[in-house]
Amino acid sequence: MTERLNRVSNSSEYGRKINRESSPWRQYSVPYISVIAGSILPVFVLVGTMPIMPPLGFMILLAWRIMRPGLLPIWVGLPLGAVDDLFSGQPFGSAILLWSLAMLAIEQLEQRFPWSNFWQDWVTAAMVLAVYLLLAMFASGAVPGYFHLTVLVPQIALSILLYPIIAIVVSWLDRFRLIRTREVF
Amino acid sequence: MAPPTSRRSGHSRRAQYSIFTGYVVASIGALIGAALLAISFFQPSAFSGLRGAAANTVEPAAEVTTTGRNGISGLYDNISGYLRAGSQNAALNEELAIARIKLAEAEAVEQENQRLKALLGVKDTEVEPVVVSRLVGSTSASTRRFAYLGAGSNQGVEPGMPVRGPHGVVGRILEVSGNSARVMLLTDSESVLPVRSASDDVIAFAEGRGDGLLSIRLINLGINPLEPGDVFVTSGSGGYYRPGVAVAIVEEVTSDGAIARLVADPAASDVVSVEPIWQPEGLDGAQTPVEEELTDGQSVPASVATSGPEIGQ
Repeated sequence: MTERLNRVSNSSEYGRKINRESSPWRQYSVPYISVIAGSILPVFVLVGTMPIMPPLGFMILLAWRIMRPGLLPIWVGLPLGAVDDLFSGQPFGSAILLWSLAMLAIEQLEQRFPWSNFWQDWVTAAMVLAVYLLLAMFASGAVPGYFHLTVLVPQIALSILLYPIIAIVVSWLDRFRLIRTREVF
Repeated sequence: MAPPTSRRSGHSRRAQYSIFTGYVVASIGALIGAALLAISFFQPSAFSGLRGAAANTVEPAAEVTTTGRNGISGLYDNISGYLRAGSQNAALNEELAIARIKLAEAEAVEQENQRLKALLGVKDTEVEPVVVSRLVGSTSASTRRFAYLGAGSNQGVEPGMPVRGPHGVVGRILEVSGNSARVMLLTDSESVLPVRSASDDVIAFAEGRGDGLLSIRLINLGINPLEPGDVFVTSGSGGYYRPGVAVAIVEEVTSDGAIARLVADPAASDVVSVEPIWQPEGLDGAQTPVEEELTDGQSVPASVATSGPEIGQ
């Protein structure tokens, strides 16, 4: 924690203390690339019976949003949701709508409870995930029925349990994003 | 952790405006999403070109993961077979399962022959598959059940063609792009398939429930003649699937039909064959009337029975 703060203050206050900066390309592209990769990944899993994979793209977006507020612009649901719609099997537009709404909702939540810790982040993510999966079912184009709801429960549970792991992966990516590789003279 | 102070706008007009603009753009994004969603509902094929291009780009990677997946599942089969009763046990079980299904299919074929004897001049031709390929991926995070096929219009695949695995029917082609195609699996809740019992002449519809099982709905209501273990095969009405291919096994009998298990689990059938539409000319006349009940198939109504009685959906 202190180390990260140090890194931030070093770069702003002292500038290139050890003659290195993080590359701006990597700084800004890693979140987008990771979310898009998360959207594509469930395609490679062959499941014919029921939805079992958590919505990885949305979860990675959620983790970036919660752990690095302000890094992704609030309207990011529009471009990233469009990419997700191409691979998810949902009708085109469903992720654009739901991801935009989720970004707005988290913004509101954050204004109401500005101080956060791990547990609060997890609860926020859990609520957003549960609502998202439920709404995604209604937006899927299938006539919603009892059996859709029953198979949604394991998927929601798995997604919520997986969130801390996704958060750890995103924090690795965040460290990778900020590695100082660019030499400055 | 507190949110970064840089996001508090304070008295800076510029910061206030940029935050406000962010909200406006995000809301517009949500509205655009809602509009696109509405278009997708009323015109399901509207964005198929985009989706097809996207599927084409990931298709080579999916081929690689498919090979890996088959290797891993094969390894798993071997280990489990060895642990139980020698490594060939798994293979023999597999063979027995196929033999059972083939037996049921043979029964169905026999019955079909009897029926066809009445219709002179009907020639039964051997069906040559359009292409043999692999299911390379699926929409595993969505409520809808689609799979991606590793062959597309370049290989002669067209929307509406039935897809079958070594055990039985898997689904049918929904959208086609250059080197990949999207398959609507039987388990999708919008999938409806006309079937009949392999042992007697009970006609029904097999509908996906959305949780991996099929619900068999009888057309002629009355005394429910079904029993657990009954095998259902395609009836051929509708014109898409040729008759006599195994579809489902009854697991539980309900008041108006049954709950059935798929014969061909898409995840287990790594190699599938795409067959030509069975009766393409029979489809043309049947396509118009029930178009409305389809939410995803473009012009591919599976529930259309050319000769069967209409039932309320």
